[in-house]
Amino acid sequence: MGLVQDALAGDRRALARVISLVENGGPEGRAALAALHPHTGRAHVVGVTGGPGTGKSTLVNALAGVVRQRGITVGVLAVDPSSPFSGGALLGDRVRMRDLAGDAGVFIRSMATRGSLGGLAQATSDAVKVLDAAGFGLILVETVGAGQSELAIAGAAHTVVVVEAPGLGDEVQALKAGLLEIADILVVNKADLPGAAQAARALGMAADRGGAAGEAGKGGWRTPVLLTAALDGAGVPEVADAVVAHGEHLRARGMWAAHERERARAEFVDHLQRESFARLMAKVGQERVEGWVTRSATREVDAHTAARTVLSLGLACGEADVEREHSSSEGSDYF
Amino acid sequence: MGTPPRILIAKPGLDGHDRGAKVVARALRDAGMEVIYTGLRQTPEMIVEAALQEDVDAVGLSILSGAHMTLVPRVLDGLREAGLSRVKVYVGGIVPEEDAQALRDAGVVEVFGPGASTRVIASTIQQQLTGA
Ligand SMILES: Nc1nc2c(ncn2[C@@H]2O[C@H](COP(=O)(O)OP(=O)(O)OP(=O)(O)O)[C@@H](O)[C@H]2O)c(=O)[nH]1
Ligand SMILES: [Mg+2]
Repeated sequence: MGLVQDALAGDRRALARVISLVENGGPEGRAALAALHPHTGRAHVVGVTGGPGTGKSTLVNALAGVVRQRGITVGVLAVDPSSPFSGGALLGDRVRMRDLAGDAGVFIRSMATRGSLGGLAQATSDAVKVLDAAGFGLILVETVGAGQSELAIAGAAHTVVVVEAPGLGDEVQALKAGLLEIADILVVNKADLPGAAQAARALGMAADRGGAAGEAGKGGWRTPVLLTAALDGAGVPEVADAVVAHGEHLRARGMWAAHERERARAEFVDHLQRESFARLMAKVGQERVEGWVTRSATREVDAHTAARTVLSLGLACGEADVEREHSSSEGSDYF
Repeated sequence: MGTPPRILIAKPGLDGHDRGAKVVARALRDAGMEVIYTGLRQTPEMIVEAALQEDVDAVGLSILSGAHMTLVPRVLDGLREAGLSRVKVYVGGIVPEEDAQALRDAGVVEVFGPGASTRVIASTIQQQLTGA
């Protein structure tokens, strides 16, 4: 694993390659993740999400700038959707992050969602792990807050910043998209435009209405509503302060460790499900699975019973395989 | 079907509009590539750094300012110095044929003139990056 060692030692080209391996999800990527795992767990991971065009990238650019001045290194992961038709993607977030160019304490990576819904959150959190292991203190993950998987990505962060902007219709977007619930920090960007203060008030009221219940779920954290003009940097240091404060809040309440444990559990369960499903399918075989699908479709047996039967067969098949290794005489048809 | 090829589209130099580059970027996306678009006024250093971080297979440079003979070699040199000589470089813009030949000799894979259709550009690059 020369590449992983090089990435850990600060070789940026190796780091970029390892992210690709991990993103591509093959055996090399899994091996890299295994080798990186002991080095992860140090970074503060911050999701930056919100409607399209609200200024997420511009805010990431400004926020990273402020944080860099405080001597903390920053990794950025900018996630954009792949085209469902071509499988290609147009990843344009770097356009707004040019101020960060030339700083060896910053690493920016654009990432396409590549279709698979469940896989997206996994691929993103794996890429975050690579940046974490490489030693970046703050990792900013930009996603468009549009769907379930984007919510899942944001939810995987320690701290979630939801970005809103005035003039996108009178109804505040975050309210519709269900982003308010996951927000630890609410930002109304484009404060230089009319309507920003109003939007901030509306969000503040909505956040208060979420009130006691929301705060309880967040260990007494009161979600601040902050105004920024990310283009010229106004209000951005306050966002950086709020991010730090939220991190401290999580640690003080033991919620940081709880979060890590929940992440570990979610990933473990996810891997276990996928791995066991894949093995079961391989054991039982496509043909038999299709046979049970047919039986269910023709009303011979209900889907649940079919699934349980196939599972039992698969498990029995596993034991029989072991026996077969000893006797190596039986045929393979256990059905 | 493997992973999509990744290509960085950049506009080095000072000329101030990127409509053409954006059209090509979209065509490349529609051909199935992951296109990292970096926008206007990129220095060769910024382009090399972005290519490295994004682990791209190719870089496409859109240059209308006439400064191709200074900008492109700097990108090529930068990529080599960064250990990225495997990254294919394409140039689009207004480039006289003798310059185009010089750029090809220096390592540019293709030079697309103003007459080249986006469809041809996209399919040429797609083919060269995927071998399909
Ligand atoms: N007036 C004003 N415009 C801003 C501000 N911040 C960002 N913008 C502009 O808003 C537009 C979108 O900014 P981005 O940073 O690309 O927004 P985004 O949310 O990352 O956009 P997507 O990633 O495409 O969803 C750009 O034209 C920015 O220049 C701001 O504080 N004030
Ligand atoms: Mg963006």
